[in-house]
Amino acid sequence: MKKSEHEWKSNGLPALVTVGPVAVILVFLVVLPLMYVAVMSFCSIDSYYNVVYKFTLKNYAQLADPDYIHIYLQSILIALLTTVICVLVAYPFAYLIARTKSRNKNLLYMLVIIPFWTNSLIRIYGWRTFLGTNGWLNNALIKLHIISEPLDMLFNRGTTVLGMVYCLIPFMVLPLYSSFEKLDVNLLEASADLGATKLKTLKEIIIPLTADGIFSGGIMIFIPCLGYFFVSDILGGGNADVIGNLIERQFQSGNNWPLGSALSIILIIITLLLVKAYQKIGGSMESLAL
Amino acid sequence: MTDIVELKKVNKVFGTNHVVSDLDLSVKEGEFLTLLGSSGCGKTTTLRMVAGFEEPTSGSIMVEGEAVGNKEPFERNVNTVFQSYALFPHMTIYDNIAYSLKMKKVKKSDIAQRVGEMLEMVQLQGYENRYPTQLSGGQKQRVAIARALINRPRVLLLDEPLGALDMKLRKQMQLELKRLQKKLNITFIYVTHDQEEAMTMSDRIGIMHDGILDQLGTPSEIYEHPATRFVATFIGETNIFDGAIHRINNNMASIDIENGLITGQSDGSFEEGDYIAVSVRPEKMKLSKVQVEGFSLEGVVKDFIYIGSVMKCIVALQNGNEIRMERLAGETLPGIGEKVYPYWDAQSAVLVHTKADTVFKTIENAPLAV
Repeated sequence: MKKSEHEWKSNGLPALVTVGPVAVILVFLVVLPLMYVAVMSFCSIDSYYNVVYKFTLKNYAQLADPDYIHIYLQSILIALLTTVICVLVAYPFAYLIARTKSRNKNLLYMLVIIPFWTNSLIRIYGWRTFLGTNGWLNNALIKLHIISEPLDMLFNRGTTVLGMVYCLIPFMVLPLYSSFEKLDVNLLEASADLGATKLKTLKEIIIPLTADGIFSGGIMIFIPCLGYFFVSDILGGGNADVIGNLIERQFQSGNNWPLGSALSIILIIITLLLVKAYQKIGGSMESLAL
Repeated sequence: MTDIVELKKVNKVFGTNHVVSDLDLSVKEGEFLTLLGSSGCGKTTTLRMVAGFEEPTSGSIMVEGEAVGNKEPFERNVNTVFQSYALFPHMTIYDNIAYSLKMKKVKKSDIAQRVGEMLEMVQLQGYENRYPTQLSGGQKQRVAIARALINRPRVLLLDEPLGALDMKLRKQMQLELKRLQKKLNITFIYVTHDQEEAMTMSDRIGIMHDGILDQLGTPSEIYEHPATRFVATFIGETNIFDGAIHRINNNMASIDIENGLITGQSDGSFEEGDYIAVSVRPEKMKLSKVQVEGFSLEGVVKDFIYIGSVMKCIVALQNGNEIRMERLAGETLPGIGEKVYPYWDAQSAVLVHTKADTVFKTIENAPLAV
């Protein structure tokens, strides 16, 4: 009894020193705010927009509003499209980076990383300037006499998806790149040696062995898509709202924090369910940490 | 026997690196041919060109009398066993072995039967549903062989297949591979850097060095009659003397070397003044207490090493170079520190052509006489 007490004590101090600061940060920056949001989601507001701290399920009942349901479905559609396009674009690109030797490899890698480091709001505004009625693309097309009237390219789901893809594609390239790096070239040679055509090798060997990259990239794109309100704000112009827009509106213009909190809780639950599903199909949490 | 694989004037250049140069090689049907050489000698590249993973820069490769230069690996009737085994980690042993039959769209029941036969051949029945990570190195090796053989290729290419195994397993697998090759009557082209392995298993050995095939022959030809200085030093232990032919009399060549004069038998391809290397195996070396005619080597016994059936004896020459010889244990031998005159029967020495610069390099690197 005494010995185990002693052991406990000798382990106790370092644990306090190492895990302690992290725990403090987590409690103040994650746990407490989340609890605040959870509590808030069961409150309501009075006619002066003051929060009334009295338990109610009113907010949650309001979430079933058909207008909201339309936006949930739209969010999922946008997120799905974005994820699929990211896979299709990032897959060959990540393969190319992984197979490229020497200096060009760093160059290709930088092509992904540098935009990633630049503020995404600025980049999304860049797209707006580029695609606008009086934007570069329209002007160029008119000058080249390909079109006579400017095309209406902004403010729809398509441009929103484009912006989402543009913002989030590094999250697909990077895990795929690391999957391809781990892929043993000998396996591809063995496959060819045993009579598989290139297409067969892709299907039987390359895709199954890089599936973890696709899954972890997919989850890292799908989830943010539901919340990236600024992309749909700037490029969707209200025609392509995602759940993030709903939340933002309640906290900002709507001044209805309890309803915004309830929406946030729903988003968190969706995220947790998706991560759970990801783990279920064999994805590891480590490959989600970039 | 006909030639099943034929390489003609094959070259491979990677950037500025001439990895294989002007390689001519004929592999006979049903033989076990080993390409032997140290790493970077071009042996693996040669194998990969036959498999179709690398394209030759120039030259032609024929398999079964058909040029395969432009064919993809999956169109060639050769299969490869990789050094790293290259088993598909996401497939069971059954699926790994069945892979090439599935690609050929063989009927499921036929696949099952042939995989069964293969598993029996490599003694891995009952392992069908395991994954490669659940097998030991030796078992993975067997799966790799079964996977490569199920398609009944005419030629099997093996790239250091035993490299990752421990000594005991290696020896056992060497015999098993040899037995398998005999039983199935398939041509094996085997790449290794292990000369003992090559000697044990091969019908013929090709020794490669800096991208050049130095010599191709049976193990005993290569051991007894090395064609180049490199082959002589690479296969087994030997003593090499670099020098120039002083005089040839009745095919008896007397050769000037740094330490004096030695004698060897010329095969008629040498002329007076030629720069040559003389290779004498340790077991062919003899010792005398007085000078022997034709030899002016003089040395001091430095050490004896007892290794069971033979004694290894090290004799230091005047310039500090050492000669190694093997004498039978039980023979009366001079004591350590005694002055001796090493010699050999003229026909025991093998003379090989060298270039002058080799001689000068050797002389430059030799320690100065004290």
